[in-house]
Amino acid sequence: MGNCAIDWAAINADPRFRELHRRKSGFLGLLMIVSVGYYFLLPVGAAWFPELFRIRVAGAVNVGLLFALSEFVVAWGVAALYTRRANRDFDRLAEEIRGEIAGRMARGAVP
Amino acid sequence: MKRALARLLPALLAAGAASAAWAQSRAAVPEQHRWLTFAVFTAIIALTMFVTYVAARRVRTPADFYTAGGGLSGLQNGWAIAGDYLSAASFLGVAGLISLWGYDGFMYSVGWLVAYISVLLVIAEPCRNIGKYTLSDLLAYRNDPKLARVFGALSVITVSTFYLVAQMVGGGMLVKTLIGIDYEISVVAVGSLMLAYVIFGGMVATTWVQIIKAVLLVAASLLMVVLVWRDYGFFGGFLDSVVGDARVQQRVAAILGDGAAGLAPAELGQRFLEPGLLFRSPLDQISLGVALVFGTAGLPHILMRFFTVPTARAARSSVVWAMAIIGGFYLLTLFLGLGAALKVGAPAIMDIDGGGNMAAPLLAQALGGGPESLLGNFMLAFVAAVAFATIVAVVAGLVLAAASAIAHDLYVGVVRDGQASTETQVRAARVATVAFGVVAIVLGIAAKGQNVAHLVALAFAVAASANFPCLFMTLFWRRCNTAGIVAGMLVGTLAAIGLVLVSPNMTYPKAVKAAAQQVLDEAPQRLRAIETALAAADFERVEQAKKERAALGRAVARARDELERYRHVDTSLVGLEAPLFELRNPGLLSLPLGFLALIVASLLYRDPRAEAMWDEVYVRQNTGALLASAARLQGGNGRSEKRF
Repeated sequence: MGNCAIDWAAINADPRFRELHRRKSGFLGLLMIVSVGYYFLLPVGAAWFPELFRIRVAGAVNVGLLFALSEFVVAWGVAALYTRRANRDFDRLAEEIRGEIAGRMARGAVP
Repeated sequence: MKRALARLLPALLAAGAASAAWAQSRAAVPEQHRWLTFAVFTAIIALTMFVTYVAARRVRTPADFYTAGGGLSGLQNGWAIAGDYLSAASFLGVAGLISLWGYDGFMYSVGWLVAYISVLLVIAEPCRNIGKYTLSDLLAYRNDPKLARVFGALSVITVSTFYLVAQMVGGGMLVKTLIGIDYEISVVAVGSLMLAYVIFGGMVATTWVQIIKAVLLVAASLLMVVLVWRDYGFFGGFLDSVVGDARVQQRVAAILGDGAAGLAPAELGQRFLEPGLLFRSPLDQISLGVALVFGTAGLPHILMRFFTVPTARAARSSVVWAMAIIGGFYLLTLFLGLGAALKVGAPAIMDIDGGGNMAAPLLAQALGGGPESLLGNFMLAFVAAVAFATIVAVVAGLVLAAASAIAHDLYVGVVRDGQASTETQVRAARVATVAFGVVAIVLGIAAKGQNVAHLVALAFAVAASANFPCLFMTLFWRRCNTAGIVAGMLVGTLAAIGLVLVSPNMTYPKAVKAAAQQVLDEAPQRLRAIETALAAADFERVEQAKKERAALGRAVARARDELERYRHVDTSLVGLEAPLFELRNPGLLSLPLGFLALIVASLLYRDPRAEAMWDEVYVRQNTGALLASAARLQGGNGRSEKRF
């Protein structure tokens, strides 16, 4: 395998990679818990708090309908939030680390 | 009792015979307008065939066949993901559920969009960064390559088969209901078309068929919703129309039964927009949610789509596009479903299909001017053709995923030890496609008349309980290893299937017979009530009574049929008289079991390679370093090839 020349453990320990890991995993974990938790509020609310879902807001529109529609907004919001952060921060850090790896390969590939 | 039945028989036989003849020729499109349907079907099929013809010349390497060369844009892939995901079940089924059950049907549709959050956050980018053609590529990276490939491939084939049989049976039924073509012919037609796309055009043609179909589906839905809004008003006004509609109020009264007594018509209408009409078991809903939210991230045909883009960034933007399209579509289904409840009405929808699957096509017909008009039938034909294209496109994606597991993982990866020329790999992929496609057609015909509704839920449950834990842990847990993958795959799959086998999804002859006997016992009384109505002077009342008599005739015929079929059988497929496990969706229990098995087995077993490879896997899945780019993949046997 041509990749053996790379010391992956060293890159994993590299401060820049640690920073990418720290920022990314915390952010992803938070978004995942919030969005999945928010989703399960819908069946839980419909089953155990139907009176709440029945409250009319305007005309025939009730809380339940607005809550179901808000699920779409939250899903799209999470996607937009993550994309913005990833395009701005994560891609740049990943690019730096890729450059580092390419440099190491070039040095290690001397015949 | 016997005398009552003897008196009842002649009357019912007359009604039953009439309704049987009528049921056979019964289709949503009237006979004189069938040519329209065929014309629209032909136009759409011709378009996809042209795309396949163009694509066929571009498919030379395994990368072309499996991943369309890896050079798609995020926007293209986003539409293709939507095309892969929006099956006929979601288009026709969800609109139907909303048209018959209101709010609960809409609640059901939300999970299908939320599912993409876990795809976006957890799976898409790592998949692109370290995978190549298949789900097993990711598993084989750290773990014993052969074992991981064998178990990964088996799971992919299991999930694809469940999903595929459901699509085939649904497709056959759909075409039969819409235009009256025989079930077997429809299944063979769907299968042959799909095989033509995949064999000749590989992922290139499959992708374009999915894009075309998704665009047509969204365009048709949007047009129908705009027409619904024109008739009934936009959001607030539209909902007021729903609440005030007499047929909606009658429908709610029929569902609630005795519970409807004392409710004003407006209150009944309002109940249609409140939870509680369809779902009685909240735990089942939550369990289905678990299977959807985590299962989508383990569906092999969806994962495979992330290998068709060049970078992690493009994979990310594919999911975002897909979420925009899929979410927008499910928002439209709210108006399609409620629009059908207004314009067509629940009785007419259930008259053609009890599950409501024909709500959207019937709405199209009504919006165009009704069953007698040319425009109405043209619109129905268009929606029918889109639904047909939907099934073919979803099936093509599934067959491609299963064929890649057979050819790339089992044959090239395990049997040939990763050593195979470009030509051999492409040939193996085509042979696997034909083999699996033929199996799919045979299974589709064999499953005629079976209740396959639970098969899609089962596919999601296996994907959530076996594939998702294995993918997630191998990507994010240092200690995960081969033993964990094998245990997770086995326990997750078996738990999901086993729990469904002992769940209420199966047929329990004792309960069926009891219900059938009850229908027969109540029939004389109902017939008397109908006969009283037939004597009435009111024309509408008499027409209604005639319909009821025909329906009663069908119900009695079905009940006799069932009593006869299960005469000597008292237990379900696995020998039970009643369900052992009360949930219809196993996800809530089988997903934790899959994770638990994976963790325990990983901790009990030491695999130095899996641990040594961790740093490389983790760095590469996060950064995309050494990503075999589209250009490198084109070369076929690059350096990265030998790893597998």
